[in-house]
Amino acid sequence: MSSLFRKDLLILRRSRLLLALLVIYPIAIALLIGFAISRSPAKPRVAIVDETPPGETVRVGSQRVSVSEYAKQVFDQVDAVPVASREEAVAQIKSGQVLAAVVIPSNIAARVQSATSSATLEVLYNGDALEQSLVQSSLESALAHANLGFSEQIQQAAARAIESLLAGGNLGSLGAPSNLIGLREIPASLQRIIARLPPGAERSQLQRIDTFATFAAENLSASRTVLATISQPIHVKSELLHGRRTPLNTFAVVVAVSISLMFVCVLQAAGGVALEREENTLSRLLRGLVSREQLLAEKGLLAAGCAFILAFAMLAGVGAFVTLDWSRVGLWLIALAFGAVAFGALGVAIGALAREVRAATLLAFLLSLPLALLALVPAGAVSGAFLGVINAISFVFPFKACLQALDAAVNSASPALAGSLLHLAALTILFGALARLGLGRAE
Amino acid sequence: MSAVLRVQELAKRYGELQALADVSFEVSAGEIVAIVGPNGAGKTTLLSIIAGIHDASAGSVSVGPEQVGWAPQQAALYSKLSVAENLELFARLERIPDGRAAVERMLEQTGLKGREHERVGRLSGGNRQRVNVALGLIADPPLLALDEPSSALDPGQRERLWEFIESLAAAGRTILFATHNIAEVQRHATRMLLLADGRMLFDGPPAELPAMVPGGDLEQRLVAFLAEHGQPAGAGA
Repeated sequence: MSSLFRKDLLILRRSRLLLALLVIYPIAIALLIGFAISRSPAKPRVAIVDETPPGETVRVGSQRVSVSEYAKQVFDQVDAVPVASREEAVAQIKSGQVLAAVVIPSNIAARVQSATSSATLEVLYNGDALEQSLVQSSLESALAHANLGFSEQIQQAAARAIESLLAGGNLGSLGAPSNLIGLREIPASLQRIIARLPPGAERSQLQRIDTFATFAAENLSASRTVLATISQPIHVKSELLHGRRTPLNTFAVVVAVSISLMFVCVLQAAGGVALEREENTLSRLLRGLVSREQLLAEKGLLAAGCAFILAFAMLAGVGAFVTLDWSRVGLWLIALAFGAVAFGALGVAIGALAREVRAATLLAFLLSLPLALLALVPAGAVSGAFLGVINAISFVFPFKACLQALDAAVNSASPALAGSLLHLAALTILFGALARLGLGRAE
Repeated sequence: MSAVLRVQELAKRYGELQALADVSFEVSAGEIVAIVGPNGAGKTTLLSIIAGIHDASAGSVSVGPEQVGWAPQQAALYSKLSVAENLELFARLERIPDGRAAVERMLEQTGLKGREHERVGRLSGGNRQRVNVALGLIADPPLLALDEPSSALDPGQRERLWEFIESLAAAGRTILFATHNIAEVQRHATRMLLLADGRMLFDGPPAELPAMVPGGDLEQRLVAFLAEHGQPAGAGA
């Protein structure tokens, strides 16, 4: 078998274009996917037309909230490009300089203050269906954040206004008398006066006023808490039930390495077996010089070895930029080795079924790409029945098991490494047997 | 003279198709045996069973694959490797004790000395066929099975290849070759096996066939002979 190893390495070394493609293509794909997963979506570039007059405020009781606070909240949520007019915003959308525009109307303060109708923002956008969906979703999220921030400002102003009523003193608003008594002090003051009055109609009337003042002070105190609750009625407390919390960037590394491992291994193994057929050497080899099992093992292991080295180099290289736990390097190697051998078995099965290198390469691509995509579909993203189909497909191919094994090895994520390794071993046997059948059928 | 190869009641079936039926013959050392017949007659099937590529459905072949050198119709070579690298690889796989010497011997015999470092993919069709035959001969087998060895060669290349094959026979090797080229049979074969629909119709020296069918050259007589045995004229040989 060592003669075949040497021969295949020599052929690989002389196929420079193939060698370059086998190395560069998966790395490029891996990096693209890695970046796509690890980078949170960039803030959408949005033109902001603020038509509100400078210094415009929303009055909340004795308090005032500047309308510019709202614009500030919107600016914080997007990659804001301030523009002077709606026309300029439309022009920037059409030229592609911005994805969308938000027009803050001049009457926003009056509408918010009116308490009878809410203010309306105008959102303008362009692009194809996918872009529209992305922009709409990003903007809705950004504006929801801005609305929440602005409503908190108003809630705080309302709370301050209530506190002023309760505590008294100088309310600070224009025209308000100074040194006012607070609602909290009124019951005690009234009770002192009531105590000095003889029983009668006047005392009874004051006692009724005292009861109301006490009730009003208590309820106004409570209303501050209610206001805070209204601004954010539900808080979220999250808890991970099992496994370790996997940072998105290290998961992206695992995805990128698994994809590279799969592409290099499957393409090389499939191409290696198909090349023997294309060169017409398969029949010469199989007439007693090597057994079918030896030939398949050689092709699979050679591809697995090359892919293993490349994948480990990628992992080590990316480790320079992303924090990885190097004390677990032994587990990485085990996961990579099991994954590589399973992909090698899948590759030789494809190669045994295809009759030529081009067909084998095409088949390997057509199978590998959707497998990677399916394995990354989140559980909640599709309906239950479709998820069942996706899971069944992912289960019978090695990509997902390899991803889980590598994630467990690198990030200590669940499911546990041992289960994934067993799964990979079973798939290696399955695809090895299929490859043997394919080679037997064709020759 | 003792038989180098003995084929007895050989049959091969691919599902419903009977590719070979009841084929028996013996071949002695130094013979050059042509296997001719229309397309689908079973020529390649017969050679591939003798070479150990396929198993027979019934019957027996007296030699193992290690005693047969195999040169398929389409050259079975690694085009990215040089002539010497191809020969060295198969010398190692054949477990030849002195592989280096075997490679040198084959380079000398095939006239490829001086071109051993050229990649096979860059060789002419004739030279590729020489390397193809050389790979079959690397283990020094007593019997060489060639499937249409000259089909892709120009007349000059064909001439040189036959000089080489005849020199092998002169040195005592037995040659079995399948062909459609009747002129080649007439010139080089000492014996002809005629197959049609997997059955042997004729076994003897090519010169004996004209005696059985009157008129015309060997090719015309062969066509007439096949027609007599129920083979349509368009089937060719």
